[in-house]
Amino acid sequence: MRSMIGMRKLATMAAIGLCLGAGLGSAAGAADEPQVVRAGMMKKMGGAMGQLAAIAKGDKPYDAAVVKTSLTTMEEVAKAFPEQFPKGSETGFNTEASPKIWEDMATFKTKAKALETAAATQLATLPADQAGVGAAVKSIGGLCGDCHQSFRLKK
Amino acid sequence: MARRAKFGIVAAVIAGAALVGAYVFAVAPHRQPATLWAQTTAPDLANGKRIFFAGGCASCHAAPGASGDARMVLTGGVALKTQFGTFHAPNISPDPKAGIGNWTLAEFGDALTRGIGRNGENLYPAFPYTSYARMKPQDVADLYGYLKTLPASGNVAPAHELSFPFNQRIALTGWKFLFFSETPRVTLASADPQVQRGQYLVEGPGHCGECHTPRNALGGLKTDQWLAGGPNPEGEGRIPNITPGSDSIGKWSAEEIATYLETGFTPDFDSVGGSMVEVQKNMAELPAEDRAAIAAYLKAIPAR
Repeated sequence: MRSMIGMRKLATMAAIGLCLGAGLGSAAGAADEPQVVRAGMMKKMGGAMGQLAAIAKGDKPYDAAVVKTSLTTMEEVAKAFPEQFPKGSETGFNTEASPKIWEDMATFKTKAKALETAAATQLATLPADQAGVGAAVKSIGGLCGDCHQSFRLKK
Repeated sequence: MARRAKFGIVAAVIAGAALVGAYVFAVAPHRQPATLWAQTTAPDLANGKRIFFAGGCASCHAAPGASGDARMVLTGGVALKTQFGTFHAPNISPDPKAGIGNWTLAEFGDALTRGIGRNGENLYPAFPYTSYARMKPQDVADLYGYLKTLPASGNVAPAHELSFPFNQRIALTGWKFLFFSETPRVTLASADPQVQRGQYLVEGPGHCGECHTPRNALGGLKTDQWLAGGPNPEGEGRIPNITPGSDSIGKWSAEEIATYLETGFTPDFDSVGGSMVEVQKNMAELPAEDRAAIAAYLKAIPAR
């Protein structure tokens, strides 16, 4: 019997289909890779800091809701962030994680906790004006560098 | 070959080597003339403090991990691991025994600007005298005066850990002959005093090029790649390109660069990391006009 599509053509199409599927699947999968997730978290952190800094500098008017959301984001990110460093995620996906993280996970987690606590403290007292937000930015900002100094590596 | 001819050739080679050696020794940097330091005036301590932060002295000479006021106690001890071995920054507190309390201004100035130690020995360029060579004598005198006001420490830092041939200081004469320079690193078209101030701060006390310029196999700077970035001389990761051709900061405005130096935040609120954290803390102590000058210079240099 003659088939509509030759067996060879069918096999080729199947192979191409599988490759495409695998490609798409891994592209979607990459978004779940810890290296990618944690980089995204840091971007969120930067965004939140940017919102606060804009108020502190006077570029944007003081807005309690924005302050609350930004500080909440920071607290949540700081909490979830250290969980994104499983063994096997030391390299790949342009990660800027220093190997020191796995050499000294305890210190790494302590620094993340410090950030979480600082954000939570600011959230509890909620800075009420531009000056208050400025003080919050200064106190939290120092913690960014403290962790980055030991645990981040430009590659 | 006739014995006399062979002897003649050997003698010629030895004489040639001796001539080259003498030339290298003559041309390599020597002590500054004493008048250079003698004609400086009483130290301006406020300027000395400014130069102290521009020069980043505390980042190497304070105790490892020191923060806050402890950064002002220059005990020495910080280890700088390089491909040549590990260097340990010495005590430069005003302690007369363990530090530099007994040094004269001339001895201090020759160390800073010529890499020559108190006993005439070569200093290792892990101490960035190759940049400090560009410092003005009065700035050196002001810095010296300021260092004398800091707390004394009796700490003796460990010796350098270097294997042969890197532990032979005399070899540094050859290194200096090849790589020591007191001339500007780039020729700038701009006569703008702000850019010129920036050039002085970056190429001189700031010693930015020591990390931000790639090096050759002998550890000399590849000056045609000025500030173009390269492997971290302290071992891990890479140091970014900070010329206008940089992927990281090339698109930043001068104001954004100055803000980064002041706050540690990039335009999208990423935060400074790695070895630059210490530098940024020092930059934050400078007056705003100095940070603006540094930024203006970085926008004026050739893109790489």
